Amino acid sequence: MLELIDLRKTFGAVKAVDGVSFSARDGEITGLLGPNGAGKTTTLRMLYTLMKPETGHIRVDGVDITENPDAVRRKLGVLPDARGLYKRLTARENIEYFGRLHGLDEATLKLRTDGLIKALGIEDIASRRTEGFSNGQRVKTAIARALVHDPRNVLLDEPTNGLDVMATRTLRKFMLQLRAEGRCVLFSSHIMQEVAALCDRIVVIAQGRVVAEGTADELRAQAGEANLEDAFVKIIGTEEGLAL
Amino acid sequence: MSPWRIVFLKEVRENLRDKRVMFSTFVLGTLMGPVLFAGLIGLMISVTLERGEKPLELPVAGAQHAPNLIAFLKNRGVQIEDAPADAEAAIRKRDKDVILRIPPEYAQQWRDGRAATLELVVDRSQQKAEQTVSRAERLINEYAGQTAALRLIVRGVSPSVVQPVLIADVDQSTPQSRGGLLLAMLPYLLILTVFAGGSYLATDATAGERERQSLEPLLINPVSRGQIMGGKLIATFTFAVASLAISLIAFSLSMPLLPVEKIGMVVKLGPLECALLFLIVAPLGLIGAGLLTSVSAFAKGFREAQTYNTLLIILPAIPSMLMALNPVKPADWMYTVPLLSHQLLIEQTVRGESLVAWQVAASIGATLAIGIVIAMIAARLYHREHLAISA
Repeated sequence: MLELIDLRKTFGAVKAVDGVSFSARDGEITGLLGPNGAGKTTTLRMLYTLMKPETGHIRVDGVDITENPDAVRRKLGVLPDARGLYKRLTARENIEYFGRLHGLDEATLKLRTDGLIKALGIEDIASRRTEGFSNGQRVKTAIARALVHDPRNVLLDEPTNGLDVMATRTLRKFMLQLRAEGRCVLFSSHIMQEVAALCDRIVVIAQGRVVAEGTADELRAQAGEANLEDAFVKIIGTEEGLAL
Repeated sequence: MSPWRIVFLKEVRENLRDKRVMFSTFVLGTLMGPVLFAGLIGLMISVTLERGEKPLELPVAGAQHAPNLIAFLKNRGVQIEDAPADAEAAIRKRDKDVILRIPPEYAQQWRDGRAATLELVVDRSQQKAEQTVSRAERLINEYAGQTAALRLIVRGVSPSVVQPVLIADVDQSTPQSRGGLLLAMLPYLLILTVFAGGSYLATDATAGERERQSLEPLLINPVSRGQIMGGKLIATFTFAVASLAISLIAFSLSMPLLPVEKIGMVVKLGPLECALLFLIVAPLGLIGAGLLTSVSAFAKGFREAQTYNTLLIILPAIPSMLMALNPVKPADWMYTVPLLSHQLLIEQTVRGESLVAWQVAASIGATLAIGIVIAMIAARLYHREHLAISA
């Protein structure tokens, strides 16, 4: 469960995030849709404690992030925009490194690592050094690394960016599996079809503000458009920075 | 396991797998010093021995004008050769180091009791020829002195009348301290090794992580940034100290092979001295690691960090260079200043002088204290918000 209340963040004169409020519930996939530069990444960075909001509050499973950032980090599994791996370590070693930093004991670590490697279908590359991995192999390894501590809440920043069709399909299936396990999944995207196909609830963000929020039906009704993509364009006011 | 140890172990493991790091840290960085050093000393010894022992070969033009002088020179073991036709050209082309030319009027001047002129054709800018030239000059002056003394005695005057002052050289240098002169380079090499040894890892672990976009995910882990920085700093320190140790071992193995005693020097650089030098220099690794990590955290990118860190390696050489150009008399306060105290203590060790316990303790204590302060600055830089933001 994620609750974001009236977040603001400025960089110089630019209001990157200007009063964003929304929440994401357990057992649902919430999509954060917006054109490039709308403030999605900055919102997520505040949520995963990398940046301090100038105003506003964030609660993760009821814990305020400013009061106990380490407790919040344990409840979050994050695939950030930056998803570099250590190229001289194997995929498994990359995953284990983060598991150890989360304080997992060796038995649990092995169990979780094996489970994730299987769930993401990367058994064949697990013992290879990550140098020379394809984009898809890198993202899958980064996701396994982000989820090794079994977090209730999963944040994915543009997870399918730059992936081929096969990898995108695997990843979407994996997100549905996370939802089935009762987790709270929040992912950002500028791809309308992806959001329409996966999300239980959609938060539309533009110019640092939430311009619409609800289920697909609610958004269609709000915009008065039968087609969800038309509804998105109408709500945001432009097609710029979006993708089908 | 505490987080800093997890970070430390990962950095060490990752860097041990990087052939470039291994080569630059443990082969190039550590062995270049001893090899360069042994080579230079070896060259110096062989040149000195060769010049000193070889009979002087002296090309002479117009030898027939001064048979007595030639006989004197031959008597002193000089090998007289015929001079080439164009003496100036031969010197300019560096075919010969020195040529003695005896003008035809020499004999007449000599008989008249006037100062007879000899010409030494030399090129004073040629360092290589210096020793040969001065040997020739010395021998001719000796001949002149002998003749002068004989002429005075014939006239019933004691030769000491024309030598009112005599300089007696009372040299206070010991064989060790002459060796220390030769080893003036050593402090510089050792201090450089300890800085350079951690340089690659420090740049890679902070600026490199950011460039490769892995710092942001790392910092999202529920671990304090101080712990993450600490792990990286200690890994840097470990590499720096390891390369110092390898370098010192190489020194202690290679120095006994050099016949420095043949040129009247004793260089103290055995296992005991090397252990002592390690104890003295290793704390500098903390200052180096702290500075390198701070710079890497401060720089905007990997290239920038690399540039700054390369410049940073030169920094510790400055006291060494100043001391080489303008040696100072050691004062007590100097032993509390890192780099300066290291310069003094290293020199004293290789000269075979006994070290004063409080001076060593002051150097180590001051260096560690300053190292900890710099590490704290690095930790502060790690807490800045934009450190983690890769793009």
